[in-house]
Amino acid sequence: MTMECVNPEGLRLDARQLCMHISCMLNLAQIQNSSHQTLETRMTPILMKGHERPLTFLRYNRDGDLLFSCAKDHTPTLWLAHNGERLGTYRGHNGAVSCCDVSRDSSRLITGSADQTAKLWDVKSGKQLFTFNFGSSARSVDFSVGDHLAVITTDHFMGVSSAIHVKRIAEDPQDQVGDSVLVLQSPDGKKKINRAVWGPLNQTIVSGGEDTVIRIWDTETGKLLKQSDVEVGHKEAITSLCKAADDSHFLTGSHDKTAKLWDMRSLTLIKSYTTVVPVNAVAMSPLLNHVVLGGGQDASAVTTTDHRAGKFEAKFYDTILEEEIGGVKGHFGPINALAFNPDGKSFSSGGEDGYVRLHHFDSNYFNIKI
Amino acid sequence: MAAVVDIDALSAQLGVNWSEVNLDSIQLPPGNNFGIESDDEAVYHDDQSEFDTGFGNIIVVDHLPVVPKEKFEKLEGVLKKIYNQLGVIKENGLWMPVDPDTKMTLGYCFIEFNTPQEAQNAKEKSHGYKLDKTHIFAVNMFDDFDRLMNVREEWEPPQARPYVPGENLQKWLTDEKARDQLVIRSGPDTEVYWNDARQKKPEPVHKRPYWTESYVQWSPLGTYLVTLHKQGAAVWGGADTFTRLMRYQHSMVKLVDFSPGERYLVTYHSQEPSNPRDASKVEIKVFDVRTGRMMRDFKGSADEFSIGGPGGVAGASWPVFRWAGGKDDKYFAKLSKNTISVYETETFSLIDKKSMKVDNVVDICWSPTDSILSLFVPEQGGGNQPAKVALVQIPSKVELRQKNLFSVSDCKMYWQSSGEYLAVKVDRYTKTKKSTYSGFELFRIKERDIPIEVLELDNKNDKIIAFAWEPKGHRFAVIHGDQPRPDVSFYSMKTAQNTGRVSKLATLKAKQANALFWSPTGKYIILAGLKGFNGQLEFFNVDELETMATAEHFMATDIEWDPTGRYVATAVTSVHEMENGFTIWSFNGNLVYRILKDHFFQLAWRPRPPSFLTAEKEEEIAKNLKKYSKKYEAEDQDVSLLLSEQDREKRRALKEEWEKWVMQWKSLHEEEKLERQDLRDGEVSDVEEDEYEAKEVEFEDLIDVTEEIVQESM
Repeated sequence: MTMECVNPEGLRLDARQLCMHISCMLNLAQIQNSSHQTLETRMTPILMKGHERPLTFLRYNRDGDLLFSCAKDHTPTLWLAHNGERLGTYRGHNGAVSCCDVSRDSSRLITGSADQTAKLWDVKSGKQLFTFNFGSSARSVDFSVGDHLAVITTDHFMGVSSAIHVKRIAEDPQDQVGDSVLVLQSPDGKKKINRAVWGPLNQTIVSGGEDTVIRIWDTETGKLLKQSDVEVGHKEAITSLCKAADDSHFLTGSHDKTAKLWDMRSLTLIKSYTTVVPVNAVAMSPLLNHVVLGGGQDASAVTTTDHRAGKFEAKFYDTILEEEIGGVKGHFGPINALAFNPDGKSFSSGGEDGYVRLHHFDSNYFNIKI
Repeated sequence: MAAVVDIDALSAQLGVNWSEVNLDSIQLPPGNNFGIESDDEAVYHDDQSEFDTGFGNIIVVDHLPVVPKEKFEKLEGVLKKIYNQLGVIKENGLWMPVDPDTKMTLGYCFIEFNTPQEAQNAKEKSHGYKLDKTHIFAVNMFDDFDRLMNVREEWEPPQARPYVPGENLQKWLTDEKARDQLVIRSGPDTEVYWNDARQKKPEPVHKRPYWTESYVQWSPLGTYLVTLHKQGAAVWGGADTFTRLMRYQHSMVKLVDFSPGERYLVTYHSQEPSNPRDASKVEIKVFDVRTGRMMRDFKGSADEFSIGGPGGVAGASWPVFRWAGGKDDKYFAKLSKNTISVYETETFSLIDKKSMKVDNVVDICWSPTDSILSLFVPEQGGGNQPAKVALVQIPSKVELRQKNLFSVSDCKMYWQSSGEYLAVKVDRYTKTKKSTYSGFELFRIKERDIPIEVLELDNKNDKIIAFAWEPKGHRFAVIHGDQPRPDVSFYSMKTAQNTGRVSKLATLKAKQANALFWSPTGKYIILAGLKGFNGQLEFFNVDELETMATAEHFMATDIEWDPTGRYVATAVTSVHEMENGFTIWSFNGNLVYRILKDHFFQLAWRPRPPSFLTAEKEEEIAKNLKKYSKKYEAEDQDVSLLLSEQDREKRRALKEEWEKWVMQWKSLHEEEKLERQDLRDGEVSDVEEDEYEAKEVEFEDLIDVTEEIVQESM
């Protein structure tokens, strides 16, 4: 498969169409003591329309210059992270793509799809390097530190229970094999494992999913080391999990309208953020003590005509004080994906409406005082 | 859980298979509960009284004429005739003993009814019945005989019981911070809170899951909170927490209503008919709130309690009994087809023993302060007989004033809260009879001869969307015009220039409002756009005719002022699934705090009884407000200082805690550096280590721009 290339002429046209500049407000409600002031930041988001179906996942590379997007259509897309220009698509999947990860050197991309495969790609050429076949949908993928391993979760399907697979990623794609190094079975095989990521030093795998429990597994023995306490844990399905750059802590979002921050080694609950809608996506700012929650009423439950009713807002919270500091509106449907640029100066959101919105913060944002 | 395990172990031992046991089929022998206490003491107690001896349905009728054998059958016939009206006598249920020697009757008889209720009823109704001058019935329950026989011959002076002071039911009014209480229901919980605006949060008073089975309601003066249950209603109150003060038995009670002086509680229950064409059965009971005694009950089909007609809902419109104004709780009225029945509470019977016949009356309304009833009779005979609005004095039933109105389609009556004015909104047909237009008839009740004034809006064809009197005031507000942007107008019944005539104060054009909420103290009003308008709120000062604030409580469904008019609550109840919860605002539209609760059903402020201060005293306080307010301002200041201090302290602690985590993470990260490097095939991963280095972000910040016009001296 070749990467879909757009000639320079066409690209400019494309870009002009795609980058609709719509002014958008970031209302930063500053609640300090009794005074209730509103600080407004005018941001011009870049609207990126490249997907025909709802977005599922967004991922920046380590340098923060590339943005990968996955959607329910079958083609993951690569964008320039600073201006939203579309670089190309990765063609080959035959089902909704639910997750992706990019290697540290930005050379390899791994994607998981509902066509029961996970695929390895060459980022630059868009070439498919290898296909891992499973008996059910691949829900989430994550490269380990060093990019020699990948963890892939699969759904339950026709008697196959949901599982976490660890695959070895060969240096040379010629040597790549499909065998799993390790397979972990969730206690409840009928519930999806929505996300599994590597813990510090690849010693553990952290997973969360529909059974509301966060589990930490030992990657050596495959044993379950820890699981989240029922009392303090999530009450409904965990939809998303995002870890800090240094693998020290992670944030989970859940349909129970909360997001929770945990220590990655001890699985101690550190913070809890409460919002008014089910949380589909979470992200942590690498620069400031901010977390972002996205979500909204489930698409099937949206009945009111007013777009505000669904609360399709990316909500900013102060990480330490657990207080809401503002929100970014714009999507016409629930937000399914959120990602911070590693430099912390921009973030992007992907919605059920098929748009990716790329926001560059302006100076006011860095000036928020709580 | 431990108990269940025990049971399982025991059942395994005994060879009992739980899945085959139907728990409902197990009947404990009466009087033995095996140490299992019923969850519901009400059920437990109530059931006992009915099965005492089994003779509960027999009455003894004394003081009958003593008759010879020949007349025996005639007397028996007379008795049967009397008592068959009061209940069903069992077959061979009447037994009149005869003296075996003289063959004369003994002057008494026993009658057995089908049910104890009928017996009780027959006893009450026929006791004291005059058969003729010399024979006045003395009727007793058979069961009472034992008790009556045991009465001692000698009179013993009753023991004076020591006085036990009751609970202070008004304690909540003595709150040091003069806060108000509110009750909310969400999910299974019912909670009472203090509205602590200074602390910007509510302070819990009492919380109870499953406190009520349908809804809760405060009594009009705030003394009691009534809860509804399967067995009946209960009222709660007291000094510190809410304790149950009294229960009122009325099975499957649906609705309750208090008299305005909260002396009586009216409970309502309706039974859906088995045959859909029949009217549903209605039972209404009136209880004395303090003693719990049932004063009167009314039973019948729904038709007897409503005017019926098209659009009538199943059952009756609530409240069925409308109480006359004032604290005396003297009269209450019921409207049914062509009849107005006014009862008085001394005897709980109709005034003058008869109802008022008013052909075709469709609506009645009491003055909130006096025993004056206003009623509306629509046009009859295809317009030959005009429609009529009349004021009737109770108990004299004298018509004080009436007005005939022509080509009327509908009327609505609005009393001002101090009973000084009555506004009647009249919808009239236009000449073509195709559409209607509205106007007002304004009655000045307190003036001589009750003058009536006609008010038409500037634009006669405007639809009237809402009307509201200013509480205790002389002004009223009207929303009129076309949706979605109608106008709001304010009128006053008297102004400095115009004491005897209504005059318009102002019209606000194109407002997104469909409901009006005056502050209970007047002067301020909220123009609210509920439902279709997504909860637009405009806080308006009518004295100054200016908007104080505009706000939005998205999707708000309910608005309620606190009884003092200092705060107002807006709520989204569970008619929507989203955004459930409530918001407290100050009277001038500042958001005080906001609480989100899923499955939010109800919010109600605890009412306060009227102030004891005279109007002069109140005026004096208002005049010297500055003097009084100093003390409270100082208190406010202290609290806000304390709050910000606490807040700072909390933030500091949180920050410290977070720093500790970050430090720990940093050191662990450092420790693992080499191992990580190994994992990356020796690549020095130091590049990423700048994550924790402070990054300088430069930006320009415009703090303030002021424009000053420098005036040049001429």
